[in-house]
Amino acid sequence: MNVELLVNQLVIGITIGSYLALIALGYTMVYGILELINFAHGDIFAFGFLFSLTVLQFLNLEYPLSVPQIISILGPVMVLTMLAAGLLNVFIDRVAYRPLRNAPRLAPLITAVGASFALENLFAIWKGPSQIFYPPYVPRVDILREWLGIDTIIGFSTTDLMLLIVTIPLMILLSVFVRRTKLGKAMRATAQDREAAAMMGINVERVIMSTFFIGGALAGAAGMVFGLYLNTGRYLMGFEAGLMAFTAAVLGGIGNIAGAVLGGYFIGIFKALSDLYLPSEWTRAVVFAILVLVLVFRPAGLLGQATQEKV
Amino acid sequence: MAHNGTREHMLELRNVHSYYGAIHALKGISLTVDRGEIVTLIGSNGAGKTTTIRTISGILHPREGQVILEGRDISRTPAYDIVKLGVAQSPEGRRIFPRLTVLENLEMGAYTRNDPQGIAEDLERVFELFPRLKERRNQQGGTLSGGEQQMLAIGRALMARPKLLLLDEPSMGLAPVLVETIFETIVEINEQGTTILLVEQNALMALEVAHRGYVLQTGQIVLEGAAKDLAASEMVRKAYLGEE
Ligand SMILES: Nc1ncnc2c1ncn2[C@@H]1O[C@H](COP(=O)(O)OP(=O)(O)OP(=O)(O)O)[C@@H](O)[C@H]1O
Ligand SMILES: [Mg+2]
Repeated sequence: MNVELLVNQLVIGITIGSYLALIALGYTMVYGILELINFAHGDIFAFGFLFSLTVLQFLNLEYPLSVPQIISILGPVMVLTMLAAGLLNVFIDRVAYRPLRNAPRLAPLITAVGASFALENLFAIWKGPSQIFYPPYVPRVDILREWLGIDTIIGFSTTDLMLLIVTIPLMILLSVFVRRTKLGKAMRATAQDREAAAMMGINVERVIMSTFFIGGALAGAAGMVFGLYLNTGRYLMGFEAGLMAFTAAVLGGIGNIAGAVLGGYFIGIFKALSDLYLPSEWTRAVVFAILVLVLVFRPAGLLGQATQEKV
Repeated sequence: MAHNGTREHMLELRNVHSYYGAIHALKGISLTVDRGEIVTLIGSNGAGKTTTIRTISGILHPREGQVILEGRDISRTPAYDIVKLGVAQSPEGRRIFPRLTVLENLEMGAYTRNDPQGIAEDLERVFELFPRLKERRNQQGGTLSGGEQQMLAIGRALMARPKLLLLDEPSMGLAPVLVETIFETIVEINEQGTTILLVEQNALMALEVAHRGYVLQTGQIVLEGAAKDLAASEMVRKAYLGEE
């Protein structure tokens, strides 16, 4: 076993894990409050990809961009994408889930699948059904080999760095938000006891709306970063990413924010390692196998709390 | 208790009917609570005490009749706005947020407020009333004992600095010594200026601290009056004070 090769796959795993974690957070936050699996969440990720691409194409830029351009152009486009993705997620909640707030749990699950199909078809109309090219606005330079002159097979490029620079601070920001701010605490309170939250004067519907917005914004950011990183996507890309991110959320313990991040990295690394030994068509099978194993042997996930309410 | 005829009641229920789906839980409740009073609502299991509290606080809306707070009809007002109007509660079963710390639970009680100074003062006051909570302020709510959770539920409601405090069975599941303490605290809170509507199984204790009371039976008020008179009434003594 070659150590450098292993480290190389680990780097890939951490990069993939970073955007998966960002998507997984949206699944877990919505589940935490509504016990609803937002099947359309993966499609919000795809929306982030498509929307940011459309804006960038409209700006008609020459790529690759310089560092000041990356900050002054890609930065605001990312903010805009997050805003749009957040609003789209709020809209989906309004249309597909909110009217069913007090219906049996199966009902919003069905509308979730419906919302996902609807989005995917809209995406196919928007950008066509074939593979979509996302221009390499961020130049890809191999940092270790080209800049530092280290002779290694470990690849760590500027696009890897970009991905980490965007995703990790977002995760830290979310964690601080949820732990420290008034709205963040209200979200946790609402997730733990919706009715008691209302008794505290918390407007539960507004908290739910904020949750959808934040989860959507994170997925939107992940979609844009994914485009800049891989330079390719497809209208159905949300399905696969969503499946992996959902598995990450379940693996970490659905409803648990730290668990979603941990699960994201776990799945990312797992995928990178599986790519080393198995053809990449197997990734989906491997991820599904993990999902099934977790659900059977550890349904509460790695960090999931056993529901321990005092009577 | 001074009854000022020209002033409106702090709270008034007029012929309130509440339902759970098809179940007719409150069948025309009328009651009043005046500023500065402790009013108790007693009755056996399933009489509708908790339902009355839930209807006042907007968790449940009456299908018929009105809930009037300081002259304003709040029958259709959402629960979170009713808290803003000055009604807070310690609910049945305590409903502590198990994975928020004691301090965060108390902060949630003050959710509708925007006066950090006043919130800090009330936090001190709650810690004075319940020193145990101060010791445990960084502990998760779910890890507190039952009695401590009850203190937290009352303290959390006080953090809203309510005009009207609704207490649903604050003595439930507590050791007798602690029941004494809780009732003493209720009187203390009332003396500091908070009006209280107290629901209790422990009718004897409730009637001791209350000014007036209502007896509820299967969704209807069957008896009302000064707490002393109720405690002396034959019906209450038989039904709720366990006398033959
Ligand atoms: N969520 C509910 N769904 C259906 N029926 C309910 C519900 N909650 C209460 N009830 C019914 O409404 C009636 C009044 O219940 P309520 O909880 O108000 O009684 P209570 O006086 O508080 O009793 P206890 O002393 O046992 O707490 C009961 O018959 C009860 O079965
Ligand atoms: Mg009750």
